[in-house]
Amino acid sequence: MTSVTEAPKASFRLGMLIYDTRYRSMTIQVIALALLAAVLWWLGSNLSTNLAAKGKDINFSFLWNRAGYDIDQQLISYTNDDTHSRALFVGLLNTLVVAFVGCILATIIGVFAGVARLSKNWVVARLMTVYVEVFRNVPLLLWIILAFTVFSEVMPQISDFKITQAMIDSGTPPAASMLFDGTVALSNRGTNIPYPLLTRPLGGFEFLGIPFNFSFIAIVGVFVASIMASRALNHRAKVIQEATGVRPVTWWKNVGIIVLPVTALLLALGLHWDVPYFPTTETGATKGFNFVGGVNLAHNFTALVIALSLYTGSYIAEAVRAGIMAVSRGQSEAAAALGLRSGRIMSLVVLPQALRVIVPPLISQYLNLTKNTTLGMAIGYLDLKGTLGGITMNQTGRELECMVLMMMIYLIISLLISAGMNVYNASTKLKER
Amino acid sequence: MKKSVFLGTLAATTLIAGMASASTLDDVKARGELICGSNTGLTGFGAPDATGQYVGFDADLCKAVAAAVLGDASKVKYVPTTGETRFTALASGEVDLLVRNSTWTFSRDTDLKLDFVAVNYYDGQGFMVKKDLGVSSAKELDGATICIQTGTTTELNLADFVKSNGINYTPVTIQDDAEGQRQFLAGACDAYTTDASGLASLRATLPNPADYVILPEIISKEPLGPVVRHGDNQWGDIVRWTYYALVAAEEKGITKANIEEVATSTTDPEIKRMLGLEGDLGAMIGLDKEWAKRAIAANGNYGEIFEANIGASTPIGLARGLNAQWTQGGLQYAPPFR
Repeated sequence: MTSVTEAPKASFRLGMLIYDTRYRSMTIQVIALALLAAVLWWLGSNLSTNLAAKGKDINFSFLWNRAGYDIDQQLISYTNDDTHSRALFVGLLNTLVVAFVGCILATIIGVFAGVARLSKNWVVARLMTVYVEVFRNVPLLLWIILAFTVFSEVMPQISDFKITQAMIDSGTPPAASMLFDGTVALSNRGTNIPYPLLTRPLGGFEFLGIPFNFSFIAIVGVFVASIMASRALNHRAKVIQEATGVRPVTWWKNVGIIVLPVTALLLALGLHWDVPYFPTTETGATKGFNFVGGVNLAHNFTALVIALSLYTGSYIAEAVRAGIMAVSRGQSEAAAALGLRSGRIMSLVVLPQALRVIVPPLISQYLNLTKNTTLGMAIGYLDLKGTLGGITMNQTGRELECMVLMMMIYLIISLLISAGMNVYNASTKLKER
Repeated sequence: MKKSVFLGTLAATTLIAGMASASTLDDVKARGELICGSNTGLTGFGAPDATGQYVGFDADLCKAVAAAVLGDASKVKYVPTTGETRFTALASGEVDLLVRNSTWTFSRDTDLKLDFVAVNYYDGQGFMVKKDLGVSSAKELDGATICIQTGTTTELNLADFVKSNGINYTPVTIQDDAEGQRQFLAGACDAYTTDASGLASLRATLPNPADYVILPEIISKEPLGPVVRHGDNQWGDIVRWTYYALVAAEEKGITKANIEEVATSTTDPEIKRMLGLEGDLGAMIGLDKEWAKRAIAANGNYGEIFEANIGASTPIGLARGLNAQWTQGGLQYAPPFR
């Protein structure tokens, strides 16, 4: 008689949800999801209960009410009779212009400092090390406040530019005067620079509150066309070089193609400059409070851009250094063996490969810089945080709506930057076939 | 098992913490401390002194409320708030009471769900400039750069004023009085605008007050007063009537020095009701009989508080003006204690 021992029947017991590795991960995921849903539900119900207790509702109609406050820096026309949504838009543009200028400056500073930190020149390399370490290790807010305070305390006061009748009579010059042949005024209120004006503009229109200026569009269009023509010329030169081994001289043609059409267009439109000046009486004494004409770049803008780009530049410098060091020495040695000079080794061999390592952290740095523009509120720069999240929120008392709207706008900006940079990343990364 | 107990407890505590509190009076009593939203530093009204203690005209009102509710004028915690954060701090329950030069306006009273319970200082917005600028009227400020604190009624008043007078100006937005003072002194703006009392307070702290002039124009009405959350009427009543007790005390001649004597010798029925010698007004607002007596004894009556902090004998040197008793031609008028 043989007894056959059967394999134990796999029956499901509740304990197996925890002790059986086949089910455990599933159990944990379900529990985690349920907890997350519970927390979200709790936050939501807490919000609605508290709003109801205060008798408040969620309502965005305040955006179409009169704003009533003034903004000193504005890229599009705005008066205190405009709506809160217009003020939001002015603030958004102020955010974007700081982010845009800051990203460009930070990249230039970062690439320069990153390459220089690897220099064989001991002084240059150490100087860059000091720059990177000092800027990375002190909070950004302090740099912003420092830059702003230095500007407003060190620059000459407006009163130093003033000339009184007594000063004319005694021949005393004013304590401060304008720079660059009287075109730029640097005072502790800001930098007054000339502003380009056109005598024969092409006009424009405004659509949904966004101004479209035909002159500007025409100038940009001509410039882009010139760049494309120049690229076509370079491509042809490359074809000739590969066929014959001799590269035709193109630089003066390139300069002509890029500069001449834009210059001709600007002359045709009648470009002239609105130079800032201090109003004077007939005798030459100054009157009034401020420089008039030109554009006044307030110091809170300048200080914010400078502090942001120096701070972010130090991080980009480290990313660039890491990228360059990731390219093996053999590459540059091989390039040197082929007889390339060190500048061309860097631009033709090392940097294109280093970009693969540099670009992903660069994306995060651009995002950081954009979000850090909100710190401008410490120095009274009216960006999106200053208008929507500051004055509008305060005057209307719609904290929840303003915060939600502001977070969504920053999220969209960040996602757009991220998407754009990812396209660039895809073009530089190693193409494996 | 232990973990799940822990998580359960955690969830339960967060749920309890999230519940809306019932009554501000109960909260304050349970805490044994009044949390008072104050200025970050405005000399004479609410600013820390050399030892870090808040002193000033507004701070004394907080002390009077603490004396009435808790029986101890020193049981106050001051939370400094800026023009931007003050109403959020009050609405969120971070502070029980906001006494910080806040202007009573329609939308703040209604839309922001706050209650202004009284006006402890009738103010108006003014301008201060350096004397050597040669300006004698705010209407001469065309083209000037003006420093202005953000999130306040002053920036709206300024926008209205310059428009009705056809003036152009460049606003410089600042976060608090200290930054405004720095920028104004550095010459980053020609004029500084805020409530006239604030300008007087700022001018008093400057090294050479005579070098600065406050322009004659008062461009707005700024009734400043203590603020509480909308909906808790009992707490609102306590703050309102504590304040009126101080005002009534001045009218009746009750001072910090003579209050004990008045309490024993008075024959005035209203004083008797107010000081708890007759009837029980305190019970009607959830306090004991001697609440008003303690409030007055803390720092004296309204007039004494005014003179000690911002009056003519102090460096700030504000005249009573609109803030005199109604019997002296001012607007301070306490309803009857009955």
